Amino acid sequence: MLMKKLLTGNEAIARGAWEAGVTVCTAYPGTPSTEITENAALYNEIYAEWSPNEKVALEVGLGAAIGGARALVAMKHVGVNVAADPLFTLSYTGINAGLVLVSADDPGMHSSQNEQDNRHFGKAAKIPILEPSDSQEAKEFTKIAFELSEAFDTPVILRITTRVAHSQSLVDLEPRQEIPLRKYEKNIQKYVMMPGFARPRHRVVENRLEKLKEYAETFPFNRMELRRPEIGIIASGVVYQYVREVLPDASTLKLALTYPLPRKLLEEFASKVERLFVIEELDPFIEEQLKAWGIEVHGKDTFPIVGEILPETIRQKLGPLFNEESPTAKVQDSCVSFPNIPVRPPVMCPGCPHRGVFYVLQKLKLTVTGDIGCYTLGAQAPLSAIDTTICMGASIGAAIGMEKARGKEFARRLVAVIGDSTFIHSGITGLIDAVYNKATTTIIILDNRTTAMTGHQDNPVNGRTIKGETTKEVNLPLLCKAAGVNRVVEVDPFDLAKLETIVKEELAAEEPSVIISKRQCALLVKNFDTPCQVITEECIGCLRCMKIGCPCIIKEGKKVRINATQCVGCNLCAYVCPSGAIRKEGAANGSN
Amino acid sequence: MGQTKNILIVGVGGQGTILASRVLSSVLQKIGLEVKVSEIHGMAQRGGSVVTQVRYGQKVASPIIPEGQADIILAFEKLEALRWLTCLKEEGIILINDQRIDPMPVIIGATEYPDTLDNIRQRTKNVLVIDALKAAQEAGNAKTVNIVLLGLLAKFMDIDQVVWLETIEETVPPKFLQANLKAFKAGFATTENLNLGKD
Ligand SMILES: Cc1ncc(C[n+]2csc(CCOP(=O)(O)OP(=O)(O)O)c2C)c(N)n1
Ligand code: SF4
Ligand code: SF4
Repeated sequence: MLMKKLLTGNEAIARGAWEAGVTVCTAYPGTPSTEITENAALYNEIYAEWSPNEKVALEVGLGAAIGGARALVAMKHVGVNVAADPLFTLSYTGINAGLVLVSADDPGMHSSQNEQDNRHFGKAAKIPILEPSDSQEAKEFTKIAFELSEAFDTPVILRITTRVAHSQSLVDLEPRQEIPLRKYEKNIQKYVMMPGFARPRHRVVENRLEKLKEYAETFPFNRMELRRPEIGIIASGVVYQYVREVLPDASTLKLALTYPLPRKLLEEFASKVERLFVIEELDPFIEEQLKAWGIEVHGKDTFPIVGEILPETIRQKLGPLFNEESPTAKVQDSCVSFPNIPVRPPVMCPGCPHRGVFYVLQKLKLTVTGDIGCYTLGAQAPLSAIDTTICMGASIGAAIGMEKARGKEFARRLVAVIGDSTFIHSGITGLIDAVYNKATTTIIILDNRTTAMTGHQDNPVNGRTIKGETTKEVNLPLLCKAAGVNRVVEVDPFDLAKLETIVKEELAAEEPSVIISKRQCALLVKNFDTPCQVITEECIGCLRCMKIGCPCIIKEGKKVRINATQCVGCNLCAYVCPSGAIRKEGAANGSN
Repeated sequence: MGQTKNILIVGVGGQGTILASRVLSSVLQKIGLEVKVSEIHGMAQRGGSVVTQVRYGQKVASPIIPEGQADIILAFEKLEALRWLTCLKEEGIILINDQRIDPMPVIIGATEYPDTLDNIRQRTKNVLVIDALKAAQEAGNAKTVNIVLLGLLAKFMDIDQVVWLETIEETVPPKFLQANLKAFKAGFATTENLNLGKD
């Protein structure tokens, strides 16, 4: 009997890969893609790994595919920037066994630093893009992507968005198809891309694209659904589901393959409807192609280019054209929102090892080039300790650049902060630059023994693999020393006095230095210390403890109180209290 | 084609909303309905707002609840109840856990925690507030607040209790099963009335 199961899009992709006989799955974590690999790793038949970054993930994947095994490589949208170099040339070499790259885009930036539209990568690298609209399709399209990949000898992009990745719907479970390892044959002309061999391969790519265009015309998952002729809507991904819900009577062209586009099918659809709309999140990717072909179409003149497109927007813009009474037309009292509801941004956890570092940095009023991870929260009030956050690894280069622009004196008040996973991902090359080009930068590696931000994945620094096996740990001090850094010092960030002294010392040194702030992420700590409490009579109401941004410290009248159920007793507040009013529960007067 | 029903579960990261929505969606699947769930949990563990949208019926297309179309809102925290109230249908029901968790802007004194319950009652009529923490503690485990609230939700859903209990059994680790079953029953047995709000 066919089993049905409620799966997220990400779980469905992992299932699809398994059913498609995949044996290798590689990735670097990143919301909303992370659970694909976490779930793939649960299958015994699949070798899975957290790679140090997306470029390595794709390289391991392409090695597996050229070597004859089907490979799935997953990453968030910005990860594809990192993996773009191998991707573009992999398009030239082609694969041997199928290779599918999942790009998880994040329109609306639920958890990302930008909302780039990765369909451009498919077009630029000349490889096909499939876009599922729910979990069932996420699974099916993963399998189809492997078929296409092998039929056309090309990597294939499976593009999903947050709403597909993190929505659950029913999926048919099918058995795994065992795919024997393909034969590996040495083929220098195909796999060694130097100019003489690459030139003919570029022709192969262009020919392949022509064949794919033809194929797109009859690709059965590009589906024309003719209903009322007044409006025709072209949509793909989750937006298709919104259209079905909001405008069930509209004629719809559902695109599964969004690159290359089926020109004849689109022209035919256009000829059958009175007004044509393309509803696509982010860039006018489909719209521009239609316009280039001379097809009259509405798109970004009607729908936003910024953020997600939600069902409500579609209803508002197109509902009236159908003269339909929309079910939400009457606004009720409860819909009148309450003004100025305080926002609830994420905060560093009680006892987060990053907090003390930012406390010291803001106390010393330093310029701080930042990076991406939980510690980016150090940019928020009340700490407000970070000056820049651009992309993973940028902190170190940015600090070097600032020093080169503003001089060594400026560098005495400048530090770069970078997490352990981020340092391995793309900080090492920056560090080497600092040494090689004689910067005097101070770099703080925030080693919390995990990749916390994306849900605590293991990484090369903590000595465990995604399959839960132990492995060698990267020795960070040795690594930095090998790069030529003389001054490498480890410190426990809960020892604030020492931390402050070390930061001052390293800033003063006229050479690059690395401070490794080492303590495990509070969410991974099993046994917490005794909570702290405020002795109300001794509290002078200076509110200095509130400047560290610990969510356990609550203002009550003119003084403060500590929420004992959440406090993990890290002592940071006690350290900053000038009157010694904060102490461990049960501790004697004056000691903390 | 039956009407699609919409339930919105809102709370603060770490409160266990995700487990609650997993149980709910399995229950709905078990009774043969199509279910779609959308979860935004980017930085859930870091104490941000968490929202789960659950939609079910004979046929469900979009995983997103249209504006003002939630039949039930289950709020794990009072401020979140107020924040998401705009999603509630005119005749909809809002079930609220009487718990206050201050967000950072309130903690640092940049703004104040508003008067939540009175404002909610002024704006909608079907309001029910319970102290789920107390009920969970009485059931033997303070961490079962989410299951107490699930029990409360079940009271308004007309699905056989057996299905709920069975699904909880399949979802939670055996070690915590007894406390969770007790918590569910405590929520289900809530005797407070609705209709405390505007009329
Ligand atoms: C290129 C790229 N890949 C992935 C991500 C997603 N991401 C953001 S932070 C982060 C890891 C953070 O880990 P770490 O540096 O150890 O800091 P922590 O969160 O543990 O403090 C990841 C994977 C990203 N933003 N950019
Ligand atoms: S998850 Fe860990 S690293 Fe992230 S804020 Fe919490 S304690 Fe800090
Ligand atoms: S000791 Fe102070 S800073 Fe640390 S968790 Fe407790 S209240 Fe927060």
